[in-house]
Amino acid sequence: MNKYLSFFRLRFIMGLQYRAAALAGIVTQFIWGFMEILVFRAFYTANKAAFPMTFTAMTSYIWLQQAFLAFFMAWFMEEEIFDAIINGNIAYELCRPIGIYEMWFSRSVSNRLSRAVLRCSPILIVAVYLPRAYRLSAPKGWLEFVMFIVTMLLGLLVTVAFCMLIYILSFFTISPQGLRILFLSCSEFFSGGVIPLPFFPDRIRAVMELQPFASMQNVPLRIYSGDITGDQMIKAVLMQIFWLCVLIGVGKQICRSVEKKIAVQGG
Amino acid sequence: MRGALGLYFRYISINVKSMMQYKVSFLLTTIGQFLVSFNVFLGIYFLFSRFSSVKGFTYSEVLLCFSIMLMEFSLAECYARGFDAFSGMVRKGEFDRIMVRPRNEILQVLGSKFELTRMGRMLQAIVMFIYGISVSSINWTPGKAITVVLMIISGTVLFTGIFLIYASLCFFTLEGLEFMNVLTDGAREYGKYPVGIYGKRMLQFCTFIVPYALVQYYPLLYLTGRVSNPLYIFIPLPAILFIVPCYALWRYGVRHYKSSGS
Repeated sequence: MNKYLSFFRLRFIMGLQYRAAALAGIVTQFIWGFMEILVFRAFYTANKAAFPMTFTAMTSYIWLQQAFLAFFMAWFMEEEIFDAIINGNIAYELCRPIGIYEMWFSRSVSNRLSRAVLRCSPILIVAVYLPRAYRLSAPKGWLEFVMFIVTMLLGLLVTVAFCMLIYILSFFTISPQGLRILFLSCSEFFSGGVIPLPFFPDRIRAVMELQPFASMQNVPLRIYSGDITGDQMIKAVLMQIFWLCVLIGVGKQICRSVEKKIAVQGG
Repeated sequence: MRGALGLYFRYISINVKSMMQYKVSFLLTTIGQFLVSFNVFLGIYFLFSRFSSVKGFTYSEVLLCFSIMLMEFSLAECYARGFDAFSGMVRKGEFDRIMVRPRNEILQVLGSKFELTRMGRMLQAIVMFIYGISVSSINWTPGKAITVVLMIISGTVLFTGIFLIYASLCFFTLEGLEFMNVLTDGAREYGKYPVGIYGKRMLQFCTFIVPYALVQYYPLLYLTGRVSNPLYIFIPLPAILFIVPCYALWRYGVRHYKSSGS
């Protein structure tokens, strides 16, 4: 366990080094969030009755999504891992007396954490002090806030566990590009990255909420502003735990079978 | 001039040939490009199945707007991709090699990369455009056809200008600036809706600072019959002027270029 923690720490400190890049990223995400709010505002004024969430819940959803982008966007993947698989450096990693799944997992989690730590607070602070219509409002209550933190961490783990599948599956294809795009565009759409899940028609939404993608950003961002409460909340958390176990289980299983008959590319 | 064109097509043919060596990868990337913008389309579809119109614009009108914007963007991205990868060129000192050659620098940078995979996006745009036209109730006149053509030409030039700024800034920063994405990817992403829905300030910004509205919002008003003044046909043309300050910045950058390579 200790060695994975030190991998975690190492990556975390490394991630904190790129402050200028973080600043540029913050400005970009801020503008992005603002534009997103303007879009939904236009739809809100077009037909208030058809809007499936309250508008404050919507603005909170958008700001939190931008602030914690690094947690939930599946496409923040690590090129180094893909490169290692393609150019054969993977051989060195296999020599180490550690599980490759655990190592990559802890590494990805810490990468995402350090990215989010650098970027979230400026966005959150500015978003809190915006004019009323655009602002990030306080969480609905203490329970919601605690559950928000818990489900956010669970969501992060589910996202990483999903990305692990992509890394591992790229052992089978020499060029992981196509597989990656297919997986990532699915996860972006079904997790509520394009439009939040409440905007989908009820029937489609019911199916989407059963998928692992709904356990990523959808749950914490909607719990924060009280869009998911009571039984729904408990059900959502259980789904998160269920999918986390399934994704990790499947990932480890494939990983083990891959490790047995791996063909190292390149030299 | 003819020599330059010949050289450019030669560059392109080399690029395309080398890409065709990896046919599967090419195909998958193209499909990927298609999928990514297909997601955006699905987002629009589901939003409109719930709201039916936004600030008076209907589903088919928004599709037209989005598809034209996407065409402009993917055309520009297809051939001006070299600017996007320019930071690497400056960092590695490859630009020195370009400067010693007796040919125009822009031509060589453009020739360094030609992304045929962007055709995936283009295909998406064309399908949406046809679909948008078939469900919309626009009375097509020769004037409106000319408007669409001018929109696409000017929009492509406009996006090329923004890519050019992006590249020029690399002379000073060595690193591509992430916030420039707001002007390229952001414009593609949020240009799917007519600029007018974002409010008056945004419309002013997109008219006078970076003239997106000239290739998108105003001509769309004419296409959909909201205004009938025929002068609107030519409103995309001034947007072409945007390339002038971009080119000036590029010249300035080239003059102040200090080699950084190893």
